[in-house]
Amino acid sequence: MYDIASIYQAVSVADAIRALEADPSALVIAGGTDVLIKIREGKLAGCRLVSIHELGEELSGVTQAPNGDIEIGPLTTFRGVTFSKIIRGNIPVLGEATDQAGGPQLRAAGTIGGNVCNGITSADSASTLMALDAVLRVRGPRGEREVPISQWYKGVGKVDLAPYELLVKIVIPRDNYEGYAGHYIKYAQRSAMDIATLGVSCLVKLSGDKKVVEDAALAFGVAGPVPMRATSAEAAVRGLPVEQAVTAIGKAALEDVNPRTSWRASKEFRIQLVEELSGRALAEAARRGGAAI
Amino acid sequence: MMEILSCTVNGKPVEVGVDPRESLADTLRERLGLTSVKKGCEVGECGACTVLVDGTAIDSCIYLAVWAQGKTILTVEGLQNENGELNPIQRAFVEEAAVQCGFCTPGIIMSAVEIVGSGQQYTREELRKLISGHLCRCTGYQNILNAVERAVNEAHKFVGKSTDA
Amino acid sequence: MEVGRELFRVDAVDKVTGRAKYTDDIRDGPMLSAKILHSTIANGWVKRIDTSAAQAMPGVVKVLTCFDVPDIQYPTPGHPWSVEKAHQDVCDRKLLNRRVRIYGDDIAAVVAEDPITAQRALERIRVEYEEYPPVLTPEAAMAPGTEPIHTEHPDNILAHMDLRTPMPESDFQSVEDVLACPAYHRFQGRYATQQVQHCHLENPISYAYMEGGRITVVTSTQIPHIVRRVIGQALGIGWGQIRVIKPYIGGGFGNKQEVLYEPLNAWLTTQVGGRCVKLDISREETFQNTRSRHPIAFDVEAAVDGDGFLMARSCRAVSNQGGYASHGNAIVANAITGFRQLYLDRIGHHSEAFTVYTNIPSPGAMRGYGIPQANFALECMMEDIAREMGLDPIEFRLQNAMPLGYVDPFNGITCQSTGLAECVAKGREFIRWDELRARYQDQTGPVRRGVGMAVFSYKTGVYPISLETASARLILNQDGTVQLQLGATEIGQGGDTVFSQMAAQAVGIPTEDVHIVSTQDTDVAPFDTGAYASRQTYVTGHAIKQAGEQLRGRILSYAREMLPEAGALDLRGRDIVDADTGEALLPLSQLAMTAFYSLEHSVHITAEATSHVKNNTFSFGCCFAEVEVDIPVGKVKVLRIVNVHDSGRLINPKLAEAQVHGGMSMGIGYALSEEMKLDPKTGRLLNGNLLDYKLPTAMDHPELTALFVETDDPSGPFGNKALGEPPAIPVAPAIRNAVLHATGVAVNELPMNPQRLVEAFQKGGLI
Repeated sequence: MYDIASIYQAVSVADAIRALEADPSALVIAGGTDVLIKIREGKLAGCRLVSIHELGEELSGVTQAPNGDIEIGPLTTFRGVTFSKIIRGNIPVLGEATDQAGGPQLRAAGTIGGNVCNGITSADSASTLMALDAVLRVRGPRGEREVPISQWYKGVGKVDLAPYELLVKIVIPRDNYEGYAGHYIKYAQRSAMDIATLGVSCLVKLSGDKKVVEDAALAFGVAGPVPMRATSAEAAVRGLPVEQAVTAIGKAALEDVNPRTSWRASKEFRIQLVEELSGRALAEAARRGGAAI
Repeated sequence: MMEILSCTVNGKPVEVGVDPRESLADTLRERLGLTSVKKGCEVGECGACTVLVDGTAIDSCIYLAVWAQGKTILTVEGLQNENGELNPIQRAFVEEAAVQCGFCTPGIIMSAVEIVGSGQQYTREELRKLISGHLCRCTGYQNILNAVERAVNEAHKFVGKSTDA
Repeated sequence: MEVGRELFRVDAVDKVTGRAKYTDDIRDGPMLSAKILHSTIANGWVKRIDTSAAQAMPGVVKVLTCFDVPDIQYPTPGHPWSVEKAHQDVCDRKLLNRRVRIYGDDIAAVVAEDPITAQRALERIRVEYEEYPPVLTPEAAMAPGTEPIHTEHPDNILAHMDLRTPMPESDFQSVEDVLACPAYHRFQGRYATQQVQHCHLENPISYAYMEGGRITVVTSTQIPHIVRRVIGQALGIGWGQIRVIKPYIGGGFGNKQEVLYEPLNAWLTTQVGGRCVKLDISREETFQNTRSRHPIAFDVEAAVDGDGFLMARSCRAVSNQGGYASHGNAIVANAITGFRQLYLDRIGHHSEAFTVYTNIPSPGAMRGYGIPQANFALECMMEDIAREMGLDPIEFRLQNAMPLGYVDPFNGITCQSTGLAECVAKGREFIRWDELRARYQDQTGPVRRGVGMAVFSYKTGVYPISLETASARLILNQDGTVQLQLGATEIGQGGDTVFSQMAAQAVGIPTEDVHIVSTQDTDVAPFDTGAYASRQTYVTGHAIKQAGEQLRGRILSYAREMLPEAGALDLRGRDIVDADTGEALLPLSQLAMTAFYSLEHSVHITAEATSHVKNNTFSFGCCFAEVEVDIPVGKVKVLRIVNVHDSGRLINPKLAEAQVHGGMSMGIGYALSEEMKLDPKTGRLLNGNLLDYKLPTAMDHPELTALFVETDDPSGPFGNKALGEPPAIPVAPAIRNAVLHATGVAVNELPMNPQRLVEAFQKGGLI
């Protein structure tokens, strides 16, 4: 039994937004795998909820727009993302990332939208969405707006979402995935049912002969208070032969990150992981892109 | 304030009054007496409360009962066939010595029902991943994997015939 | 032969169908819900508690605090009662405590109509504390001027032991002189283990109500008869006033060999007019407020002669006991004893142990009872000595290992059977030791492999340190089957199945005809102290054997009445047979019906026996592991692992194998990932949930292989000896020694988690 003051089960997106506008302190609950745990912990005890759990028809599923952009409904479960043919065919790295959240039951219930909206640095999909420069389409009473993911995170657990707004689409623009190969490394103590000590997602676009890094995107979870891009590392490897890039990217990434010591892991340990795993992520991404490495 | 939850549980239509604050695990245990649904952590970390909702294994402790409206729920109590014979997965758990204290057992069997029901064969490593949402302290998962693997293989041989699940 | 059969578990069908009932599954009408208020400091006093706001809430039945409880201190460990005052357990807590000794100490309780009301009421209780700094290490606790955690122990030392083996034929004055002797190779080392938890899937839970003026408590416990006794002590009432019922339990591993919350639950029902009160301990409370494995630090030394014989060793162990005594000094005492027993010292041995009160969550009994800690220290030490001296690590161990006939100089426990060398040979072959030791000798690069091993010994039960007693009752049914009633408990290990097999063997009937009463109800279950110390197959086994032989004798004597003319009689299967020809003369069912309902001689054929076991024996075994170490990121992958056990004769080989798997899994977690982490500032447990506490998942394990060497122990009821706890013992040092083989880096502290390994590899120049 959860200590919930009230729960309103929205019947449509418009209905949910109306309910949120009427009660701005109400919280949105989607898959429930995060919110219910916080209620039980006492952090959100006694809250009022607006449930969008049953809005799958409007908010779930992965589609490809005519312009090639890939649009992910936020209520798509982790499993739904992983097993989407569109994701597998176009952005397998994102499906691999969502396939490493929690365990199978959690992946069947937890949603990618929740993973993005809870604003947590360790969120398994977040670093890959950062690397992909995803765009978050948000709807409120006065219409929709789009937020580039680089502008989304406002601090620990805080995102650019008003109390009366709902995330309605996660958009991956075609230019951001086409021609890129990627790899996500979730570094955690366990191989399942864990939160990342460090998440590393790397996308790479290779030259025609597969020998040179034309472009790279490197993003981290848990290397700072929010998911982040390693822009100086990306700049450092652009134009380098693949093997040199693999060697260089780890050191370069240290310029970008700011991990902290927590009881889960020390700053020094996370820095060692950033350095080591950046190279490994790039190497594997490049291998998948056709590089002989 | 109570609400009426209408759903199908273990093959039978059910209408039951629920408190909207309760989890599906609460409803199944407290209101329907389906005590195979165990509570080990109440936050989705142990898998002991796993049931199938519309064929998908979820942790029923972090699933609100009201979300089950109109859905089909399956628990271990619904696995024996009309003659009372054990489901092949249950039988495999018995015969492979996959059961010790038994507290994680019903939940893992439900995940196994989904695994077997997929009609696919899996490597040992894939099976490890598919049951990784369940914690067990008694078995080291060894005989559980043996049982799940055997159930999958047995079902695979009989593709086309329906299983009890 | 019923003993040795690979039968399916007698409870397996009930467990796979969800019909096996655990405490929370048994409905008993309306229940009130109790919740405990835990302190938000680790050390200090409760000065005042204001419960008025909580008490005023609708739905709150009663709020009780540490100012309301009986002024009785009581013990909590699941030890047998001792009639000698000096051997009784430490009474150092009340039902709720004003003196706060751990973060989260129990200071008040709310009884309400439902759990949410109880929870909300807890949040309205206002507490005023007098606070002292938390003392988290033995060193800090023993430092002069530290506030005593218990006034009875001003220096915070609960116990100190100093044991020296007799050295009558030696020219040396002391072990220290041997260690200092230049003729010998001197080794010094320090090894430390961490605090881990049992993580049984079912949390502790109980409910209590009054009936007929007595208190009934239904609870998830390993030790129902001891729970009854301790409730009596805690409430200051006659033990007969209490009835404890133990249904199926979802694992215990020693945590439920402790009387945790049953006394409080029993008292709460008396405070609400005997109404039924449920006390459901959450996973987070289980972590913070129940028991765990003691962190123990070992300083060890050894003197070894040129032929690789141990001349002398010393071992100083300091055990962090946390806020309450629980099992007290017994665990570190067992640790130093186990450390000593496994290998012979040609000249002498000196051990010293401290059990120190601190403010960490109180450790208690956990599978292995101090030996996993000691074995880590010992088997790291043996490996390190072999490495320093260039000895073969296996030969070095075997030439010093406890021989058959060994008698412990202090407690007299005798090695009555040993298959240790055969176990090692089997493990060595399985892992392909010789080939892999050579192949992995000189590796370079970031990813390296290694193989390592460790051996252990473990005693069976608690004699002569404590009483060993058990009873069994058998009742012949009308159809020729029998009921088996025990006070010994099924806790997941398979007890009920092997007890049934033992009874069948002793009576002479098939196991299928033995109906075990799984639930213990102290009103009717025979006395037994319960499941711990790997004792039940040994101690209860003797009781079952005696009762079974009695029953068999009574059946045969009734058969003689019915068959006065027949030759020698025997009971085989389901028939009374001619002992010479095997010819079936009389179905047992017919005999049973006659015995029940005969107009000439009606007798209810039953048997009951107590076994008071004054014996003990050692189990042995080893673990071999092959690992792959990813040095730059500090990850160890166990590629292959095998445990080989000599537990005497196996009652049910398939279940024995399964039990070993579970112990190996626990050992892998102990080696690589599990650790209770405390906030150094507050003493609060930081990772008290199953996400942050790294219990291995199926993906974190390799295939687990369990092998056996079956000896026939002369002291065991069926040639058997300890099995339950041993599998968890040798795994961590075997993995540690494999990591050492792979990398050349010796990690002397558990767990070998990634951060610790990266730090060690950086220090060792590998990163």
